[in-house]
Amino acid sequence: MPATMRMSRRRFNIAAAGLAGFALLAACGGDNGESDGELKGDIIVDGSSTVFPITMAAAEEFSLKHSGVRVSVGVSGTGGGFKKFAAGETDISDASRPIKPSEAEAIAAAGFEYIEIPVAYDGLTVVVNPDNDWVDCLTVDELKKMWEPAAQRTITNWNQIRDGFPDLPLDLFAPGVDSGTFDYFTEAIVGEAQSSRGDFQASEDDNVLVTGVSGSRSAIGYFGFSYYVENTDKVRGVPIDSGNGTCVESTFATVADGSYQPLSRPIFIYVRKDAAERPEVDAFIKYYLSKEFTPLISSPEVGYVQLGDDVYAALTQRFANRVTGTLWPNGAEVGASLDRYMQ
Amino acid sequence: MAEDTGTLGRSAAVFKASMQWRRLKSHFFVVLGLLSVLLGVVALLVLLVDVIVQGSGWLDWQFFTSFDSRFPARAGIKAALFGTLYMMVFTMLLAVPIGVMTAIYLEEYAGDNWFTQFIQVNIANLAGVPSIVYGLLGLQVFVRIMEMGRSVLAGSCTMALLILPIIIVASREAIRAVPPSMREASFALGASKWETVRHHVLPYALPGMLTGAILAAARAIGETAPLITIGALTFVPFLPEHPLDRFTVLPIQIFNWVSRAQSEFHHLAAAGIIVLLVVLIILNSVAIYLRQRLRTRY
Repeated sequence: MPATMRMSRRRFNIAAAGLAGFALLAACGGDNGESDGELKGDIIVDGSSTVFPITMAAAEEFSLKHSGVRVSVGVSGTGGGFKKFAAGETDISDASRPIKPSEAEAIAAAGFEYIEIPVAYDGLTVVVNPDNDWVDCLTVDELKKMWEPAAQRTITNWNQIRDGFPDLPLDLFAPGVDSGTFDYFTEAIVGEAQSSRGDFQASEDDNVLVTGVSGSRSAIGYFGFSYYVENTDKVRGVPIDSGNGTCVESTFATVADGSYQPLSRPIFIYVRKDAAERPEVDAFIKYYLSKEFTPLISSPEVGYVQLGDDVYAALTQRFANRVTGTLWPNGAEVGASLDRYMQ
Repeated sequence: MAEDTGTLGRSAAVFKASMQWRRLKSHFFVVLGLLSVLLGVVALLVLLVDVIVQGSGWLDWQFFTSFDSRFPARAGIKAALFGTLYMMVFTMLLAVPIGVMTAIYLEEYAGDNWFTQFIQVNIANLAGVPSIVYGLLGLQVFVRIMEMGRSVLAGSCTMALLILPIIIVASREAIRAVPPSMREASFALGASKWETVRHHVLPYALPGMLTGAILAAARAIGETAPLITIGALTFVPFLPEHPLDRFTVLPIQIFNWVSRAQSEFHHLAAAGIIVLLVVLIILNSVAIYLRQRLRTRY
């Protein structure tokens, strides 16, 4: 079968040529050289999915100005991000809570330092179904009664929360136990992080929580501010009374001025100190904290609450001075102010 | 005697009744089978219609030529599409030669001893290992120990491991389907073992091998878990420039859009799913076409 033989030989030659071509292609990949004056280089960011929309917006805007700088952002979660950060795989780590002592130790053991920068506020919002006509405000004590571990299988009806609430089952929705949102809510409401009843419907995807609460008249749940502002047609936010008798709704204004308590929390980025010495990383962080970018944090596309201009100015100065270490030695605190960065 | 005929008559009546019952059971099974088929088809149709209704309006040229953006109208799948493409090229370059050579060795050369059987059992087991395990392996071996970083190459190596068992099994079946008489004829004419494999076994087995390889590629394209584990990224506003560059792939981009707060991104996710489905359908069609065309040639 000479025809067959020729045919198959040709096919094999083509395959061999293809292989060689790809090997050449692979070998040709080179490093990015510095070019005159223009910023160039790679910035690798990973970490919390909560902080992702902000860092992504900063990366998107920054690369419009500096096309030579390639900023990539991953979503490994706050804890996963710190692991990669400690392994030296990333330059910047997104975090929806302050660094934990154990994580700080791992970074110190790896032999480098980090600069801590709060970038925005998130206001965790308690939401109910729009058809819910009995809840106008909830106190922290009522929320605690609803969510504390002792409530498991005993507090199952709205009429157990407050006299006058109807006889309807409590349908509870909350983020999964691995999320920073769950950590902070339990800390702020129950008094201890991770301490919660277990008989609620959990999802790592906040959109699932929105769908759940909008589908049941007797539902209640909580999630991050950005998911609330995008879904005000499907769920209703519940004002919270932190114990002083006034009910405060979560809005851009109340979260920014600190009156929405205790469910506002700062969210952070952590920068490797030696990475910050690279001009492209230095420029990126300065841009992140600049007056040009920070107003975009409160835009509907991002959906978080920006800090005060004076705070950003102080943070920029702190970054320029390369002040390292955390100002949260005991981890997350409830109702904490960012004044500590102002000195 | 009279009693006996009575029994016969009764049993005939019983048989008649049970015949009706058996016919009924037979019809019942047909209906049950049809319902099972419909359930699958209807579920698939609902999914397809839902995705097309949600996503088709967002499928335009801009969607293919843009990187991700926080503005849904400006966001596109360029990085993910090229990332998937690059990763698959390297995956196939790694997996196909190794898989085919393994299959040739096991079918044509290896003796039937405990070592061969050990390898065969292992390959069969590897085909059933959950993909996340390959991700953990890839993270440790390729990303950390071999220091490839979170690169296209590390993703390709992980994916190549994942699909190797599929390619080996498919290639072995294709080789086994080559009639022994062809080999014997080749030997009788004085061809060496390699010449026989190269000129007779391989061309004959090629369609089956190609089909297996393409179906394996289709599996790899849809995988997300191992790539998330090895650290493929989410927001990548550039194309990978070399095999050690960072990248993202279609399933990760879709997953990210689905979990965004703004509902427009959910439409973008649907558009991304359409693209992924079209790529998969094209791959499967090519596999079927090659199988038909090459089968008639040899």
